[in-house]
Amino acid sequence: MLWEGACGSPDHFSRRTLLKLAGLSGLAWLTPVSRVLAREEERAPKGKPARSVIILWMAGGPSQLETFDPHPETTIAAGTRAIATAAKEIRLAEGLELIAEHMTSVALVRSMVSKEADHERAVYTMKTGYRPVPTVVHPAVGAILCHELPDENVDIPRHISILPDQWPARGGYFGAQFDAFQVHDPRGSIEDITARVPVERRERRLRDLEVVETTFAKGRPADLDATTTLHRHATERALRMMSSEQLVAFDVRQAPASQRAAYGDTAFGRGCLAALRLIERGVRCVEVTLGGWDTHANNHELQRRNVRILDPAFAALLRDLKERDLLDSTLVLCGGEFGRTPKLNPVGGRDHWPYGFSVAIAGGGVRGGQVLGATDPTGERREPSQPVGVADLHATLHAALGINPEKEIVTPVGRPIALSDGRVLRSLLRS
Amino acid sequence: MKPWFRPYLGFLVLVAALGLAVDQVLARRRVLEVPRFRAFAGNAEAAEIREVAERVDNAFDAAWKAAGLECSPPAPPLTVYRRVSLALTGTIPSLAEIRALESHSAGEDTLSLWVSYLLADRRSSDYLAERFARAMVGVEDGPFILYRRHRLVSWLSDQIHRNRSYGEWARDLIASSGIWTTRPEVNFVTVTVDPNNEQEGPDEVRLAARVSRAFLGVRIDCVQCHDDKFSDRWKQTHFHELASFFARAEMSITGVRDNPEKKYEYRYLGRSEKEPVLPQVPFQENLLPADGALRDRLARWVTHPENRPFARTLVNRAWALLFQRPLHEPLESIPLDGPFPPGMEILADDLIAHDFDLHRLLRVIASTRVFRLDSTLPAGRREIQAEAVRTFAAFPLTRLRPEQVAGSLLQSASLKTVDANAHVLSRVIRHFQQRDFVRHYGDAGSDEFEVVPGTIPQRLVLMNGSLVKERTKDDLVMNAATRIAALAPAPSAAVEAAYLAVLTRRPSPEESRHFVDRLENDAKVSRAHHLEDLYWTLINSTEFAWNH
Repeated sequence: MLWEGACGSPDHFSRRTLLKLAGLSGLAWLTPVSRVLAREEERAPKGKPARSVIILWMAGGPSQLETFDPHPETTIAAGTRAIATAAKEIRLAEGLELIAEHMTSVALVRSMVSKEADHERAVYTMKTGYRPVPTVVHPAVGAILCHELPDENVDIPRHISILPDQWPARGGYFGAQFDAFQVHDPRGSIEDITARVPVERRERRLRDLEVVETTFAKGRPADLDATTTLHRHATERALRMMSSEQLVAFDVRQAPASQRAAYGDTAFGRGCLAALRLIERGVRCVEVTLGGWDTHANNHELQRRNVRILDPAFAALLRDLKERDLLDSTLVLCGGEFGRTPKLNPVGGRDHWPYGFSVAIAGGGVRGGQVLGATDPTGERREPSQPVGVADLHATLHAALGINPEKEIVTPVGRPIALSDGRVLRSLLRS
Repeated sequence: MKPWFRPYLGFLVLVAALGLAVDQVLARRRVLEVPRFRAFAGNAEAAEIREVAERVDNAFDAAWKAAGLECSPPAPPLTVYRRVSLALTGTIPSLAEIRALESHSAGEDTLSLWVSYLLADRRSSDYLAERFARAMVGVEDGPFILYRRHRLVSWLSDQIHRNRSYGEWARDLIASSGIWTTRPEVNFVTVTVDPNNEQEGPDEVRLAARVSRAFLGVRIDCVQCHDDKFSDRWKQTHFHELASFFARAEMSITGVRDNPEKKYEYRYLGRSEKEPVLPQVPFQENLLPADGALRDRLARWVTHPENRPFARTLVNRAWALLFQRPLHEPLESIPLDGPFPPGMEILADDLIAHDFDLHRLLRVIASTRVFRLDSTLPAGRREIQAEAVRTFAAFPLTRLRPEQVAGSLLQSASLKTVDANAHVLSRVIRHFQQRDFVRHYGDAGSDEFEVVPGTIPQRLVLMNGSLVKERTKDDLVMNAATRIAALAPAPSAAVEAAYLAVLTRRPSPEESRHFVDRLENDAKVSRAHHLEDLYWTLINSTEFAWNH
C-alpha cells in the first residue's frame, strides 16, 4: 500500500511526470496511471466547472441568527453577538471565528425560502430541489452528479453519506444504485466491508456461487445481468471495493494527528476530514451530517454547542481544500432544511422557519465574500429581500458543476422532469 | 453487589428449560398438523374462480397470438409456491411447508390450497396491510406519524384478515371521524397533519392526491399547479375540486371532525385572486350522492360499483402484489377510457360482482395460467423477448423487496415455519433482526413496483453482514444449516434440504454433483462448515434475491 505523500504515492506524481511516463511507455491505459491522471485532471484550473460536492448537512434546521445571519443588538438576537470576518462587509455569529477567517472564499445566501416546515418534507426539498410529490422521487444533488459525471476509475461508491440521519440523500428516479452509501463515524473500517472468512474460503464460496448462477442463467437472456439484475456486476463492484486501497480514505486515523486535531475531536469533524480524503480519491459527493439543530427549547445553548463542532471542521475543510488546490473543483455547501423563528418561544427555543434562512457556499466557481439577500432585523417581516427559492439554489449548484439544470430526464413513470426547475443565480458564480 | 436474580437463578433456568421443552412438543405437533392444507373456498366457488381465471387466460392467449408471441412453459410447482408465499407473507416457504405441499397428490390443485392456507394465515394479512399502507399513507415517519401509522397498519391487517369488503374499508378510510387511537382508520386523514402545525388540520391537497392515486388509479395530482400539459383530459380545477371535499376536516379535542364553516379557496394559475372552490368529482359526476357529509359523499362515489376505476385500481394492485409488477404500468395511472390490458376488465367485473372481495381476487389471479408461467423465455429475438416480458408471456423477473430478502433469510435459517405459532422469542428476534437488516439493505420506499437492480451496499450486507453470519454459522439451536448437517442421513440429502430451504427447489444434477462431492471428499472441515458455506452461496445468488 502506498502511503500518502510518500515517494510513488498518487499524490507525489505530478501530472506532467505521469504524462511523460505514459507517453514513453505507452502504458497510459494502465488503471493506476489513468486513475491518477483522472484525479489530476479534476484539479481543475480556474474557470472549469466543479466536479465534486461536499454537503455539510445541518440536520434539524440551524438557527440563522446564531450562525450565518446574526442581528446583534436587536430583540430577535436575544443576546447573540456578531464577529467581524476576513470579508469586510460580512459578520457572522460569535463562535464561528475560524470560519470567519475564510469568508473571502464563502458566499452566504441569507434569503433562502422554502414552502416546507415539516422536517421530512423540508429535508426532501432541500436535498432534491423539489417538493415531495406522490408521483415520483427526485434524486439528491449527489445522485445527479454521479449520474451526469460517471467515472469508472473509482472503486468506492461515488456518493457517500457520513453520519446519516433517517433521511440520507437518495438516488430517486435514477434508482437505488445512486443512493448515498452510508457510513458512520469514520475512525475505523466501514461496516460489512470485511469478509468474515479467510480469503481461501471466500474464494471457494465465490467459485461455488458460479455453479448456482450458471443454473439460474439457463434459458435466460445472456445479457440478463448487464441489462436487468446487475447482480454479478454489483458483486464484482463490492469485491473490488472490499480490496481497494481507496478504502483508506474512510479511516481518518491514518491522517496526521495535527490534521485530525484541526477538524476537532468529534464525529462530525472526522466526517469532514473523511470527506476531504474521499474527494481526493475521486468521490463525487459526500454529505456529512451534524444533527442536533432542532432547538425548540434552550436554543442558544444548543446552537452554541453545535457551532463549536461546526466551526473548526468547516474551517479546516476549506483550508485543506485550498492547500490541495481542490477548492476550485469542489463545491462546499453548508445548510439545513430550514431556519428558526426570529422570536424565542417561552422555553427559550426557536421553532421552524422556512422564510429567510441561510446557507453558506464555497469553492467550485462560487464568488466568495458576498452575501445574497437580507432578513428583517425586527423579525416582523417574513419575506426576506432577494428571496432565493430552494429550486434556484439547486439550479445554481448544477450550473457550478457544469450540469445543465434544464436537462430533462424521462422518469420511470414516463414523465420528463428537468433536473431543476429553478433559475441560476449568476451573481453567486464567478463566471 | 450480587445481582437480584441470583437466588432465583436455578428456578429461572428450570422455567426456561420447561418452556423450551413445551414449545418443542407444540412445535412438533404443529409441524404434524401442517401436511394437509384445507380448501378455503367451497367447491362451487372454486369452480367459479377457475372459470374466471380461464377467461383471463383466454384474453392473454388472444393478445399473445395477435402479437405473434409464444408464452413460456409452466413453471415448476415449487417455484410458483415460492412466488405466492413471497407475495402474501413476504417470505419463502419453510422446509416444513414444502414437505407438506409435496405430500399432496398430483390430482389436487395444491396451489389453490396453498393460496387459501396462506390467506387464512395472519402473516399474510400483516404483510399485505403494510403493502396497502404504503399506497394509502406512504412511508413518511417521524415520532407521531410512526405510531399512528402502526395503528393504521394493524387496522388494515384486521380488515384483510376478516376479508371485509375492500369497498367498505376504503369508505372508512376516506370518511371516518374521531380520535386516531380509538378509530385507527382515521389516520389515513391525520397522517397529513403537520405535527408542528396541528391547527391547520389535515392537508386537503395531499389527501386528494392520495385518494386519486391509491383508490382511483389516476394521477390528477399532476395538475395541482397547472392544466395537464400532455392532454386536455385534466384541468387544474379537477384536482382542487377534489381537494375541496377534505377542506372541512379539522383536528379537535374529539379527533378528526368536519367543520361546515370551513371553505376551500385557491388561486388558480393565471388568476390574480384566490377564489372559493366547490367540491366536485373529476368524472362520473352522476354517481356522486347528493346528500351527506362531504367526505362521506366522496367515499360513496369512490367506491360506487359503477365507478370502475376503483375496481381497476384494486385489480392492478392485487396483480402487482402477486407478480411484483402491475398489469398496467404505472400502477396508479390507468387511463379512464382504456385501452386496458388483457384480463383487467374481466377481473374488475368479477370484483364488482363479489363486493370487492380481495381474497377472491387474489385467488383468481393466482389460479391463472399466466401466473404459473416460467420466468425463462422461449428462445427468440431480443425484441420479441422484451415484448414477451412486457405482456406477461413470461413471468416477470423482479428484485425482492428488502423485507422479503430479510424474511426469506430468516425463514431459510429455520426448518419450521416462522409464523404466529412460532415461539415468541423467535418471533421477537425475527422482528428486530428483520428491522435492522432492512435498515442496512435499504428500504424501497413507496416506489415498490419499480424494477431496480441490486446495489453495492446490498451485496456487502449479504456477503459480509452480521445477519447472514449469525443465521448460517455453526449453531445447532438457531440455525437450519447446522441442523441439516447434523440430521441429514447422507450428503445428497443435506444438499437437497439446503436448496429447498433457501431456494425452494432441488439442486440440478450438476449442482448436486458439485456440492455432494465437496461434502463427501473434503473431510478437512466439518459438515456443518460445508453447510454454512453452501447456505452463504445460495443466499448470495441472484436466484435468492429475485422473484422469478
